Amino acid sequence: MRHLLSTAGLERAAALALLDTADRLKQALLGREVHKLPTLRGRTVVTLFYENSTRTRASFEIAGKWMSADVVNISAGGSSVAKGESLRDTARTLAAMGADCVVVRHPASGAAHRMAGWVSTHVVNAGDGAHEHPTQALLDAATLRDRLGHLDGRSVTIVGDVVHSRVARSNMHLLTTLGARVHLVAPPTLLPTGVHRWPVTVGHDLDAALPGTDAVMMLRVQAERMHGGFFPSAREYSIRYGLSEARLGLLPEHAVVLHPGPMLRGMEIAHSVADSPRAAITEQVRNGVHVRMAVLYHLLAAQEDQP
Amino acid sequence: MSEQTLSQRTRPLLLHGIRPYGTGDPVDILVRDGMIAELGTGLDGTGAEVLDMGGLVVLPGLVDLHVHLREPGREDAETIDTGSAAAALGGYTAVFAMANTDPVADTAVIVEHVHRRGREVGLVDVHPVGAVTVGLRGERLAELGGMACSRAAVRVFSDDGVCVHDPLLMRRALEYTRGLGGVVAQHAEDPRLTAGAQAHDGEIAARLGLAGWPAAAEESVVARDCLLARDAAAALHVCHVSTAGTVAVLRWAKERGIQVSAEVTPHHLLLTDERLVGFDPINKVNPPLRTAADTEALRAALAEGTVDCVATDHAPHAAQDKDCEWSAARPGMLGLQTALSVVVATMVRPGLLDWRGVARVMSERPARIGGAGDQGRPIAVGEPATLVLVDPDGTWTVRGAQLASLAGNTPYEGMELPGQVVATLLRGQVTVEDGQVRG
Repeated sequence: MRHLLSTAGLERAAALALLDTADRLKQALLGREVHKLPTLRGRTVVTLFYENSTRTRASFEIAGKWMSADVVNISAGGSSVAKGESLRDTARTLAAMGADCVVVRHPASGAAHRMAGWVSTHVVNAGDGAHEHPTQALLDAATLRDRLGHLDGRSVTIVGDVVHSRVARSNMHLLTTLGARVHLVAPPTLLPTGVHRWPVTVGHDLDAALPGTDAVMMLRVQAERMHGGFFPSAREYSIRYGLSEARLGLLPEHAVVLHPGPMLRGMEIAHSVADSPRAAITEQVRNGVHVRMAVLYHLLAAQEDQP
Repeated sequence: MSEQTLSQRTRPLLLHGIRPYGTGDPVDILVRDGMIAELGTGLDGTGAEVLDMGGLVVLPGLVDLHVHLREPGREDAETIDTGSAAAALGGYTAVFAMANTDPVADTAVIVEHVHRRGREVGLVDVHPVGAVTVGLRGERLAELGGMACSRAAVRVFSDDGVCVHDPLLMRRALEYTRGLGGVVAQHAEDPRLTAGAQAHDGEIAARLGLAGWPAAAEESVVARDCLLARDAAAALHVCHVSTAGTVAVLRWAKERGIQVSAEVTPHHLLLTDERLVGFDPINKVNPPLRTAADTEALRAALAEGTVDCVATDHAPHAAQDKDCEWSAARPGMLGLQTALSVVVATMVRPGLLDWRGVARVMSERPARIGGAGDQGRPIAVGEPATLVLVDPDGTWTVRGAQLASLAGNTPYEGMELPGQVVATLLRGQVTVEDGQVRG
């Protein structure tokens, strides 16, 4: 594996291998007081973030450090990017400095793809515009495997702002690759053009979808959408598409609640639902570190011994 | 070959063995004093420079209603010199240079400058397009009369790049231009529907997470403008038609006698949004590449005349404006040197258009729409020797670095295309010979 740019086109075997590695890393670290493996000693991982992020960036940094890589964090705001340097020049600069892997988040869809064409370093897409966020989908899949055992034949309902969501796209690809059935629920204004040709089913009624699903994934409603005319008001959205306690009761007993974060409690998810045992939100975050360790391992050290 | 320079040429020129409009047996054309002096078989070439053309197709010189020559303002991407060379090599003898330069061509001073520079270069007639509104800002009319009466004699007015969106301003522009004998060329794009748009609003853009540019943003403006043109009894030209829906609107308008003409670009005839996969901004253009159903409708519309002509929307961009992430890239692609070949590939080879038809859509109709009186003329005695000679069976491989434009942003890189321009004549002057600029 040279880059991780998208889950579209990621083969089932490769996806399962990543998830299995993440599992093994998790087991290897279980109960250890010192979270440190020597696997990536001497390797340099740069996180290059052009958008604000707390969890993804911290997660990659921790993943790198737990594997003994040297991790350098660059934010667009505090770098030569603010002086107008192009993404291409920034990428080439980092490559020239000897970065082995660049983890990039960028508001432009396709930015990571472009970067992979410009430099010879490994590139990991940590979110590009509304396109993809592959490590998020992998950590979601890892969490669902933990809770449900496997994904074959499972039904996953993704709720909310699908059209602007890279999380939804990456999950749609990966979940279907892993054999799950994906159902999208949103008002038509938040569904992408041509969604009827995606390998998913689509609905507008959340209550109707909940009783038959094994997992429900609540997407964050971005603040800028609330005033963009996509729906009349935050209140109406919350009433129609928020995961309330009453709706939690419609889910089957075993069903899992996921949220990629950051959550808007009281908006797309009720406070008590987010903290309920059905919610796997902190497990998602924990798995995120292991999945990202697995990704870095597969990119940078796959020729060497297993961890 | 003669060693004389173009301006010194006084000798007659005999074009031997050519087929006007690609039909009939080969004939000869004797060019004298810039005009077609004789046309027939076995013409006497004594004292003339003889170009043996061995059965090539001859058409009236091509006319492009829509190019961006970037001068003044972005001479790092194209100049009137390099753009004229690209045009001549593409078989063109006249181009209409859009107004979105820096400064904007919205006064007589700027259009006269562009016009004069075109004459100095002398490879093609450069007709400046005048801006409809001051600074392309869509707020108030530019001095259209001043540009019309200038030495540039502007007849085509356009804010191309942006839409004249305000319906009242568009109405006034159409009415006012009628009094100048001109035409308003509209870049039809509702700016509210395309805010932030990056690609055709379809399945592919949705999958790639690129904000969509809906077909309705074009179609609704074209429909509105046709109604405004009807009421103003004015001439409207629709730039770069890109959707099947626009074709239907145009058909409706033409059936009612509304004075509307329309152009389609070569890239909208050939390329689709399938090219977006991979995010290479070489494929970014405005209006965006659409679907295969759209290209099919556009080809049929061009064949039947609902879309009048082909215009390139030749849009050179500096490398750094294309070698970047998709949303940061400027929209546009080179077109002048590849247009005829793309038309051969999409229209002639499939049998939708014969060479007579190519002359209509790439020379005669655009010349009439743009008011270029001595362009797009019949191939007949007494007419200007403004001609292009094409090898219909030749093929060539597109290499951006080898094109005459300063910029290299061609979406056809590496493609093998049919139809080769061998020679171009502008009023008897050979501007291109053996596929090379002659100057």
